[in-house]
Amino acid sequence: MAVERLLPSEEAYDLLALTRDICAERLAPRAAADEAAERFPRDVFTLLGQSGLLSLPFAEEYGGGDQPYEVYLQMLEEIAGAWMSIGVGVSVHSLSSYAVSTHGTAQQRKDLLPDMLGGSQLGAYCLSEPQAGSDVSGIRTKAVRDGDAYLVNGVKAWISHGGHADFYLLFARTSDDAKRGLSTFHVPADLAGLSFGPPEKKMGLTASSTTQVIFEDVRVPADRLLGAEGDGMRVALSALDSGRLGIAACAVGLGQAALDVAVRYAGERQQFGQPIGEFQGLQFLLADMAAAVESARATYLHAARLRDAGRAFSRAASIAKLVATDAAMKVTTDAVQVLGGYGYTREFPVERYMREAKVTQIFEGTNQIQRMVIARDLLRRVTAEA
Amino acid sequence: MNIVVCVKYVPDATGDRRFNDADHTVDRVGVDGLLSELDEYAVEEALKIVEASDGSEGEVTVLTVGPEQAADAIRKSLQMGAHKGVHVLDDAIHGSDAAATSLLLAEAIKKVGAESAWDLVICGMASTDGSMSVVPAMLAERLGVAQVTFGSEISVTGDMVSIRRDGDTATETVEASTPLVLSVTDQSNEPRYPSFKGIMAAKKKPVETWSLADLGVPAEQVGLAAAWTKVDASAARPPREAGTIVTDEGDGAARLVEFLAGQKFI
Ligand SMILES: Cc1cc2nc3c(=O)[nH]c(=O)nc-3n(C[C@H](O)[C@H](O)[C@H](O)COP(=O)(O)OP(=O)(O)OC[C@H]3O[C@@H](n4cnc5c(N)ncnc54)[C@H](O)[C@@H]3O)c2cc1C
Ligand SMILES: Cc1cc2nc3c(=O)[nH]c(=O)nc-3n(C[C@H](O)[C@H](O)[C@H](O)COP(=O)(O)OP(=O)(O)OC[C@H]3O[C@@H](n4cnc5c(N)ncnc54)[C@H](O)[C@@H]3O)c2cc1C
Repeated sequence: MAVERLLPSEEAYDLLALTRDICAERLAPRAAADEAAERFPRDVFTLLGQSGLLSLPFAEEYGGGDQPYEVYLQMLEEIAGAWMSIGVGVSVHSLSSYAVSTHGTAQQRKDLLPDMLGGSQLGAYCLSEPQAGSDVSGIRTKAVRDGDAYLVNGVKAWISHGGHADFYLLFARTSDDAKRGLSTFHVPADLAGLSFGPPEKKMGLTASSTTQVIFEDVRVPADRLLGAEGDGMRVALSALDSGRLGIAACAVGLGQAALDVAVRYAGERQQFGQPIGEFQGLQFLLADMAAAVESARATYLHAARLRDAGRAFSRAASIAKLVATDAAMKVTTDAVQVLGGYGYTREFPVERYMREAKVTQIFEGTNQIQRMVIARDLLRRVTAEA
Repeated sequence: MNIVVCVKYVPDATGDRRFNDADHTVDRVGVDGLLSELDEYAVEEALKIVEASDGSEGEVTVLTVGPEQAADAIRKSLQMGAHKGVHVLDDAIHGSDAAATSLLLAEAIKKVGAESAWDLVICGMASTDGSMSVVPAMLAERLGVAQVTFGSEISVTGDMVSIRRDGDTATETVEASTPLVLSVTDQSNEPRYPSFKGIMAAKKKPVETWSLADLGVPAEQVGLAAAWTKVDASAARPPREAGTIVTDEGDGAARLVEFLAGQKFI
């Protein structure tokens, strides 16, 4: 069922209509097959780029769409509802482009952004390491200045689009300073010394590759440093606030997709001489699923509108990520319940949705970390007021 | 090369399509509609021809006859890349048959031509609602130009147009010179999606709305009252009955044959 949306402009309605068309005709029909075959759909990113859908939240002068975040996120929600791996991929790609857009020099933006936003340069975001997950201060990958380049050595872990991306947005240590030890680099995929681990064998998002990215004496030209040396933590954290909203929107799309399948099935499946949707026990399940999806949508939209208004939105983004991904987990699990034994098989998409939902509670800051961010923000305010 | 593309706004085939109880015309008011999918091929073909002609002097004008919401069909075409739009809109048009529709289209095309001459009129192979496939031929007759219908591959050299037509038993290639009315099939190309840039650009493209008076067509010649044929009754098709499920217990093949024979399929 098409979601009813309140959008800020006529062009936003047209954009969402375009997104729905592309989703229905080009994404949804092949999602299940590509997920089963673990095939990375690079061509889909090209199509989205050509249609301008990778450019929405960026400035017009670099090929962006100058659209508010509330529009970008609702587009992302539609994409994730049709194919979660693509939704997550668009979010990761946007995150990687975002750092160039906010911290690059005018020259870097002019050189790099148009191809990123047009879909010919696909991005990956290299923050996590095997020993540094929730705690990014544990990052060990080193970048040492050597003439006109930085010599990079280390291993990044869990990198979405690993082996398929055209550029890697890298966070590496340039000093041991606790606060200003990290720096950010734009690393083209074809530099010598860059290699990839085998794809992780994952529970879900199987069409999206996740690999280690291994740096062995990779010479990254010094003009690929984004922002100043030592700005890395700031770049990473500001990108993460926006990235969390992206994952929240994807989770809502996934939950909506599961709800839609469940509602349709409940109207068709007969037991005890009537559609199972006639049983109050099942109606309450469906109603709770809808309430979870719609309140999660309202939550991420509120955070997005704060961001669009130029207000602080970090806590709202963490709340949205927490609420939306927990909702997605619950709703997809319940969708399997509504479909009974059929839901547990690969004949129907809901078991896949359930597997895909799980990771949303883990990446882009686990939901424990989100609670930490929320509580810290609450308590900081109390201390500030005291 | 200047091209006029006729596009129809039709009820969304994936939605619930209904007839109006009062006069048995298609209910176009309370339902979601869109640019007829088959007309997207006509728009795409026109864009390709204009883009391929060097100098790119040519313009694509999209033309629709339809109610208020039919403006959506024009907007979608402009978003795909057409240059300007014409919407023939008048309450008296409701219920028009194919003859009246083709009259309105022809008069509008003449008016477009009075401003700048056109070389080609491109239509879809059929609308996805009425699907009579007659409007292009009627249009050519009214405009007094040649027609080639159901083109599956089109190439243009100067003022010569070469059109491949795929029939059931043979494929023929026809040549015609402009001015010409052409209809194209869903094999002719792969319609592009609008892009974000196209969506933004479309907002600034000119769309003119013409009434019957603007076209000089008397109201008596169009609408339900003027239609040559009239629908007396219409009824929704009964819902499909649940199918028969054959569970294979070793005799599956035999039971399938029995079923097909029973339905006189074999
Ligand atoms: C499919 C997938 C794709 C990914 N893509 C990317 C990517 O593109 N780029 C990238 O950089 N990373 C990516 N990641 C990594 C992801 O961000 C990390 O997995 C995540 O940050 C958690 O780190 P970890 O796995 O090391 O878990 P850990 O940090 O070891 O956490 C283990 C458990 O401890 C809990 N925990 C940790 N610290 C605390 C605390 N202070 N209080 C309470 N509980 C705590 C966590 O919540 C979790 O439950 C991806 C991961 C996956 C699975
Ligand atoms: C319920 C119902 C009742 C009808 N009642 C009558 C009736 O009583 N008498 C009668 O004669 N006809 C009747 N019609 C036919 C109806 O009016 C036709 O749909 C219409 O006139 C155009 O014919 P078509 O849709 O079959 O177009 P087609 O000939 O299939 O269309 C071919 C192409 O012509 C162009 N085209 C067609 N229509 C338009 C348009 N409006 N604007 C721009 N381009 C267009 C498009 O390029 C299209 O792809 C009825 C139809 C229905 C569904």
